[in-house]
Amino acid sequence: MIPLSHYLALGAALFALSVVGIFLNRKNVVILLMSIELLLLAVNINFVAFSHFLQDVAGQVFVFFILTVAAAESAIGLAILIVLFRSRRTINVEELDSLKG
Amino acid sequence: MNLASLRVTAALPEIFIALAACAILLLGVTGKPGKPNHRAALACPLAIAALLVTALLAGLNFPAGGGAVAAFNNLFIGDALAGLLKISMCLLCAAAFLYGRRYNRDRGLLTCEYYVLGLFSVAGMMVVASASHLLTLYLGLELMSLCLYAMVACHRDSRLASEAAMKYFVLGALASSILLYGMSLLYGLTGSLELPVIRAALFAEAADPDDAALALAVVFVVVALAFKLGAVPFHMWVPDVYHGAPTSTTAFLSAAPKVAAFAIVLRLLAGGLGDLAGIWQSMLVILAVLSVAAGNIIAIAQHNLKRMLAYSAVSHMGFFLFGIAAGSAQGYSASLFYVLVYAVMSLGAFGAVLCLARGDAECDRLDDLQGLSRRSPRTAFLILILMLSMAGIPPTAGFFAKLSVIQALVGAGLVWVAVVAVLLAVVGAFYYLRIIKLMYFDDPADASPATPPAGDPPAHLLLAFNALIIIAILPWIGALISLCNAVIAGAV
Repeated sequence: MIPLSHYLALGAALFALSVVGIFLNRKNVVILLMSIELLLLAVNINFVAFSHFLQDVAGQVFVFFILTVAAAESAIGLAILIVLFRSRRTINVEELDSLKG
Repeated sequence: MNLASLRVTAALPEIFIALAACAILLLGVTGKPGKPNHRAALACPLAIAALLVTALLAGLNFPAGGGAVAAFNNLFIGDALAGLLKISMCLLCAAAFLYGRRYNRDRGLLTCEYYVLGLFSVAGMMVVASASHLLTLYLGLELMSLCLYAMVACHRDSRLASEAAMKYFVLGALASSILLYGMSLLYGLTGSLELPVIRAALFAEAADPDDAALALAVVFVVVALAFKLGAVPFHMWVPDVYHGAPTSTTAFLSAAPKVAAFAIVLRLLAGGLGDLAGIWQSMLVILAVLSVAAGNIIAIAQHNLKRMLAYSAVSHMGFFLFGIAAGSAQGYSASLFYVLVYAVMSLGAFGAVLCLARGDAECDRLDDLQGLSRRSPRTAFLILILMLSMAGIPPTAGFFAKLSVIQALVGAGLVWVAVVAVLLAVVGAFYYLRIIKLMYFDDPADASPATPPAGDPPAHLLLAFNALIIIAILPWIGALISLCNAVIAGAV
């Protein structure tokens, strides 16, 4: 049987990858949205792993709610993306610099 | 398990406000397609009425004798703290809607959607205030945040608003994920998602503060809360969002969400992780000192009023964290008092910006305030009171808020932190007093806008009430502080 630590390492690696994705990405806002989805999935792996090893179903219920919220979140994110593209004709992260000071 | 054991009535205010939001949403889809919906103008008064009724329901739901009602199988708690927070959230949001009405009408934002989002956001805040389970806390937080992202983006033709919304969305989602990661670690360590059970488990294991896994979980939670509060070094989104969002949304999100943020911090850190104060206390002190220092110093360099108020919000959040960092009931109660007073002051300041906006033109540059005392002496005087209170000058409520936080710090033995807090508050006074100088001692840059801003009697009346209550509350300030003490004593 695969030990708990392997799952946690996978979760941590995915989480770290997506945080790096958010901060290093200078090109495309869509990649930011993908990174955010990946962040939530990394958390889900943690919850499912803990839930299985604790023999407690509450963690898996939490995962269902996170998945639902993630769907709502990407809907809002894509809506904002469309508004952004309509007003600027670009979704380049580097060009989002009109607010400064 | 039956329906009665759920004690649904404890959540009556939340249920009512969600239903009211759905009703206003229905109002928005009536009318013929392709024609302007005249009923949309009803959305704002209806939303304000719904908020006032919700505040009343929350007041009626106030638990007798200070006891707490656990509802929905311990997912939800109805205690005096939740009651007080809910009433203040509803009143603050109703005031923000009233302030923003003319502004929204001039910009075509007086739509049902805007107010539906606002009401759902308040429902989220109220759920957060009553959360006693990590799931409720997360869902309430997301309901609040998702609506706020959309409200920032509501002004679709504005380049600044869409950029601000995207920045807010990305950093807000990142913060939520970090919070979730911390929650998953806490769940793994304690085997429960219920905050009281988590606390008991950590206490029973005599949690070792040097335990790396526990420290990691607390770090994740604290970083996420710092993001949500906008504490330095996680404040990058605050000035951009305050500046880019339509001012009516800025007013909304500068007041009640701060009260909700207090609820999250209290339920999570003081409630669930209360016995780990040794781990989070020093982190909060560092965050708070950095916030007050950076917020106050960067605010001096701003030329935009909304941006300046955003940095002032960062520094006020630092002060609020000082109270939490004290780690005592006295400190939590000082923080509660501080956040309530701050929300009223901040709402007033943005309300003044809204009242001064003319037609399509914003009044958000500092230069716009030059010579305001001659153009509209009444508004100038009300802004004067608000700025004095924000700077913490007696006899305003802002002074007593700062005083109670500093007393709590000294009471907790953090004397050097208290000294730093006082010194930085003096730095902060500079830019508030500069606004007063601009209004009273400078000549208008261009002589043209001699006309006072267009009338919106209810908003101006509300502004007068908002500013004057900061001084008029003085005889009752002791009662308010003891109310905060009693409410906190019942919750922690």
